[in-house]
Amino acid sequence: MLTKRIIPCLDIKNGRTVKGVNFVNIRDAGDPVELGASYAEQGADELVFLDITATNDNRKTFVELVRDIARHVNIPFTVGGGISSVADVAPLLEAGADKVSINSAAVRTPQLIDDLAKAFGSQFVVLAIDARKIANQWTVHTHGGRNPTDKKLFSWAHEGQNRGAGEILFTSMDHDGTKQGFAIDPLVKLNELLDIPVIASGGAGNKEHFIHAFTLGKADAALAASLFHFGELSIPELKSYLNGNGIPIRI
Amino acid sequence: MIAVIKYNAGNIRSVAFALERLHVDFSITDNPEEIQKADKVIFPGVGEANTTMRYLKDRKLDVLIKELKQPVLGICLGMQLLCSYSEENDTPCIGVFDEQVKKFQPLQHEKVPHMGWNSLTPTHSWLDSDVANKFVYFVHSYFVPVNAYTSAITEYIQPFSAAMKKDNFYAVQFHPEKSATVGEKIIRSFLKQS
Repeated sequence: MLTKRIIPCLDIKNGRTVKGVNFVNIRDAGDPVELGASYAEQGADELVFLDITATNDNRKTFVELVRDIARHVNIPFTVGGGISSVADVAPLLEAGADKVSINSAAVRTPQLIDDLAKAFGSQFVVLAIDARKIANQWTVHTHGGRNPTDKKLFSWAHEGQNRGAGEILFTSMDHDGTKQGFAIDPLVKLNELLDIPVIASGGAGNKEHFIHAFTLGKADAALAASLFHFGELSIPELKSYLNGNGIPIRI
Repeated sequence: MIAVIKYNAGNIRSVAFALERLHVDFSITDNPEEIQKADKVIFPGVGEANTTMRYLKDRKLDVLIKELKQPVLGICLGMQLLCSYSEENDTPCIGVFDEQVKKFQPLQHEKVPHMGWNSLTPTHSWLDSDVANKFVYFVHSYFVPVNAYTSAITEYIQPFSAAMKKDNFYAVQFHPEKSATVGEKIIRSFLKQS
C-alpha cells in the first residue's frame, strides 16, 4: 500500500542550515549533509532543502551542496529557493537533486512550469504555494510570504497541475509557525480538485496534527521544520504513532 | 567493472552515488565495447519513453542492450523500455520482455503519478526474501502488468510488476538508488547475479 510521506524541511543559508538543530547525535548541527543523512536514517521519507539566500553568488555553493547531499543521502530530496529559469535547474538535477520546487518565479512567469516539465518531466517539478486567507479568499503570496498577489490558491494550484507540475506543496501562512495544526479545509479542497499529490505544510505542532492532515485533509505527505529540528517530535516516534493509528506509513 | 549506460536519463547521477556508497567500481559510459565487456550493466532511466527510445536508437544502444549476455538491471523507465511496447506516446521499445507498458487509470481518484513509498511482495528468489513487505520508492505514471517474468508485485490501483527477470535481464520499477537501505540490499542482490 502506498504510504503517507513525512518530510522534514531544512532552510539553508550560505551552505549551512539556518536554525539551530537540537539533535544529540549530530556533531555539527549546521551541516545540511549530516543532518539530511541523519533524518534519512531516522526514517524520513523525503527531504526538502530550501536555499533562503538564493543570490547569484550563492548558486555555486548551493549546487556543490546539492551534490554532497546526493552523495550521502539515500532517499529522495527536493531543492528550492531562487529558481527562476530552466538554466537554474539543470545544474541542480545534474548534481543529483530528485525534484525542484518553484514558487515566486512561477507566479511571475507561469510558463516556467511548462518549460521545466517539458525539459525534465513533471515528476521533477514541485509547485510550492504560500497562501493566506484574505477576505475569505486563499490568496497566493510570493517572496517568502511578503507579497500578496492576485492569484488564488485553488485556481493557481489547478493551473499549475495543468501546466505540468507533478506535486503541490501548499503552505498556509496563517498556520505556519503557530503549531496549532495544518490548514485542513483548503487541503480537502485541493485534494478534490487535483489529480497530483499534495504536500501539507505549516502548523504542525504535535502528532495528532499529522493524523488530521492525512485523514481529514487527505494530504499525501506532510512537511514540518522546527518541530523536528528542535527535537520536539522525533520521526520514529511520529511514524510509530501514525502506524498505530492506522495511517499507512513506512516503518 | 559495472557499466552504467550513459544516456539522457535523469537519474544517472543518483545511481552513480548509490554505487559509490556501496563501494562498487563502475563507469558511466556509452562506449559499446566498454558496455559489452562489463561484468554487469545498469540501464537507468527517468524521462519520457518516446524521446528516450529515439535517443537510444540514434546511437544503436537499443540493439546493443538487447544483445547483452551479462546481468543487466533496468531501473524505472529502464525497465519499461526493456518491454516490447509502451502506451507512453505509442512507443515501440527494446523488447526483451514481451510485455506492454500501460498507463495508470485511476478508479477512485488515486493520484497519478504513483509517487512515494510502497511495499514489495517478491515472487522470485533473485530478490532477497528479506525485502518482503519492505518499502521502496516509486515515481511513475506507467506500469507493467503482472506477467510470467514478474519477480515482485506491488499494489497501486491494481497489482503491477515491481520487479521482473528473464534470463540475464533484471528490472525494477522503483528506484533502488533512492530506497534507503532496502534499495541498497536490492542493488547488492543484483550485483550477486552471474
